[in-house]
Amino acid sequence: MKKVYPDARAALDGVLFDGMFIAAGGFGLCGIPELLIQAIKDAGTQDLTFASNNAGVDDFGIGILLQTRQVKKMISSYVGENKEFMHQYLGGELELEFNPQGTLAERMRAGGSGIPGFYTKTGVGTKIAEGKEHKEFDGETYILERGLVADLAIVKAWKADDTGNLVFRKTARNFNPPAAMCGKICVAEVEEIVPRGSLDPDHIHLPGIYVHRLIQGEHEKRIEQRTLREAS
Amino acid sequence: MPWDRNQMAARAAEELEDGWYVNLGIGIPTLVANYVGDKDITLQSENGMLGMGPFPTEETVDPDLINAGKQTITELPRTSYFDSATSFGMIRGGKIAAAILGAMEVAENGDLANWMIPGKLVKGMGGAMDLVAGVGKVVVVMDHQDKSGGSKLLKECTLPLTGTGVVDRIITNLGVLDVVEGGLKIVECADGVTEEDIRAATEATIV
Repeated sequence: MKKVYPDARAALDGVLFDGMFIAAGGFGLCGIPELLIQAIKDAGTQDLTFASNNAGVDDFGIGILLQTRQVKKMISSYVGENKEFMHQYLGGELELEFNPQGTLAERMRAGGSGIPGFYTKTGVGTKIAEGKEHKEFDGETYILERGLVADLAIVKAWKADDTGNLVFRKTARNFNPPAAMCGKICVAEVEEIVPRGSLDPDHIHLPGIYVHRLIQGEHEKRIEQRTLREAS
Repeated sequence: MPWDRNQMAARAAEELEDGWYVNLGIGIPTLVANYVGDKDITLQSENGMLGMGPFPTEETVDPDLINAGKQTITELPRTSYFDSATSFGMIRGGKIAAAILGAMEVAENGDLANWMIPGKLVKGMGGAMDLVAGVGKVVVVMDHQDKSGGSKLLKECTLPLTGTGVVDRIITNLGVLDVVEGGLKIVECADGVTEEDIRAATEATIV
């Protein structure tokens, strides 16, 4: 089956629907699926729930879907740096479910691995634990967190072969592998699709079994905080 | 004289032992990296990196290489990269020896509040709840008092908690305190600060 599509619009054709649940890779603006986010904006799909560590900034990343009021709910660990988000959240237009960052990553990994729930110490005794099952193991208290399974995962990688094997670059890997794993369908955007056989099988970060559709494109890769060494 | 930001960071660096893997939070904790000296310390950045290097030059800025504060950084010969699930596996699994974090409030039982002020801008806990629940030692670096002189070392936290009973040691501008049975114990005073000064500035029980 051919996984390579000509562009983001074609790769999302037939998989978008109003009210759907999307898991997205990326940390801040690093390693975000910027082309697929733009295509979702262009498609105008409504009432989206996003599991994504962050919500982008006002004019880049998931922030552009907030501007168009396409997002109903965010499941995130940190949503600073986004005025539009705050505006809609404080105005009651946007739902927000805070997850500790590691809990969010593990919920994705677990959901993609056939694990419907897991126990963690993270958040015990805090607001996060309210209403969740508590259980003691070896004298320590843990809370039950559920695995996530998304209708669609959108991720960004550095390179792929045409079978969807992915290689990431530096800290742009972040949430992309767990997000990809938890999607019923995963669409990946990459900087370069290389010929089959040219990636070292020992160096593949995410096997193509998790990736159903694939596009190559130009990425802006915006930097959120350009911080330089002080000149000595 | 109470310690300034750099002196607090330098004091916090003394908490780190040779060979440790360590996570540094945003703000003063980030400065701790400048004071580790000859100790072999590997810094973890929870967005998926061990062996975090210094900030880049204009020529070496890379949008694919940032720290958990979203600042551009560099790699070192020892660096490894991994995904977020693996990153928090090593945090939750107790592989990270210590975390040095900022705080809004600490209680005498080691409760920590550093992620949310209700009614004000809500940003989120990021990885802080996972870190305090998982790492070996939690060291908090913070101002002893708020701007109006109120103690930030309390009998009980008033803000939503990040973790319960998680703080081991507190380094403030006035000195160093440990969380022990029954309250906080003064370990060290900043130069020119007396134990009496610390007691006067602290709401929490000093034992």
